[in-house]
Amino acid sequence: MKIGVVTFPGTLDDRDAARAVRYAGAEAIELWHDDADLKGVDAVILPGGFSYGDYLRCGAISRFSPVMEPLIAAAKGGMPLLGICNGFQVLAEAHLIPGALTRNQHLHFLCTDQKIRIENNNTAWTSSFSAGQEIVIPLKNGEGSYQCDDETLKMLEGEGRIIARYVGENPNGSRNLIAGISNERGNIVGLMPHPEHAVDALTGPGTDGLGFFTSVLKAMVK
Amino acid sequence: MATIVVDVMLKPEILDPQGKAVASALPRLGFTFATDVRQGKRFEITVDGEPTAAQLAEVEKAAEKLLSNPVIENFTVRVEK
Repeated sequence: MKIGVVTFPGTLDDRDAARAVRYAGAEAIELWHDDADLKGVDAVILPGGFSYGDYLRCGAISRFSPVMEPLIAAAKGGMPLLGICNGFQVLAEAHLIPGALTRNQHLHFLCTDQKIRIENNNTAWTSSFSAGQEIVIPLKNGEGSYQCDDETLKMLEGEGRIIARYVGENPNGSRNLIAGISNERGNIVGLMPHPEHAVDALTGPGTDGLGFFTSVLKAMVK
Repeated sequence: MATIVVDVMLKPEILDPQGKAVASALPRLGFTFATDVRQGKRFEITVDGEPTAAQLAEVEKAAEKLLSNPVIENFTVRVEK
């Protein structure tokens, strides 16, 4: 099983994402933003960071990188694709998932260990969890407030596409405490908090994040 | 040489925390005129000669595709004299 991790100029969390992939038992393949080549991978992660310095809008310039063309086509065909933090912003800019990520309501950059609840465990990236399971993984962002119109929110709620919600106080002003959403098919997931930083008790708050990466292995075996 | 200006603003229904922060800073400095502040982006695009209708149509397309995110933002295009 090969899982690609894309590096854009300004990506920070590609190494941790690749490590999480290896911890889950898969092979991590480095993908470069400027190569329109997915190198035969079975799934792809768009990791966190500040691609292109967050210029224009977070993810707006990365979204047009050469690697995105084959990636968008593959994801639309059903290939599992996970966007974490800045990766979530890239997914939103590419309109692979609805809505947008905007400046945290309180304007501060956040860096905290955040409790989230897995709301939907039927996606390619959440099947290792039980529905309603609460986990703790790091949350670190400046523009993590999920916004969409009322109609979209109703659709996401109705179709069970809110895959994870923040537990407790709303950390960034996201509508309906949204921490992550999926596309209709459940192969594309955008997630604001960082599971790749919670795969080893030595360097994170625990190992709760590992489930996202083991989930996709199960999805690929199917 | 002419300048085409694209103004991008968050849609009215989208919360603008930066605008709110500015609005709350103004009265602290003694400026009490504002009931609300919204913050946006302005792009100044330079072209050779008078912009043609075709050029302006292209700018509209670029504004929709790249300069703004239509999910959360509106934009206007005008030529600055």
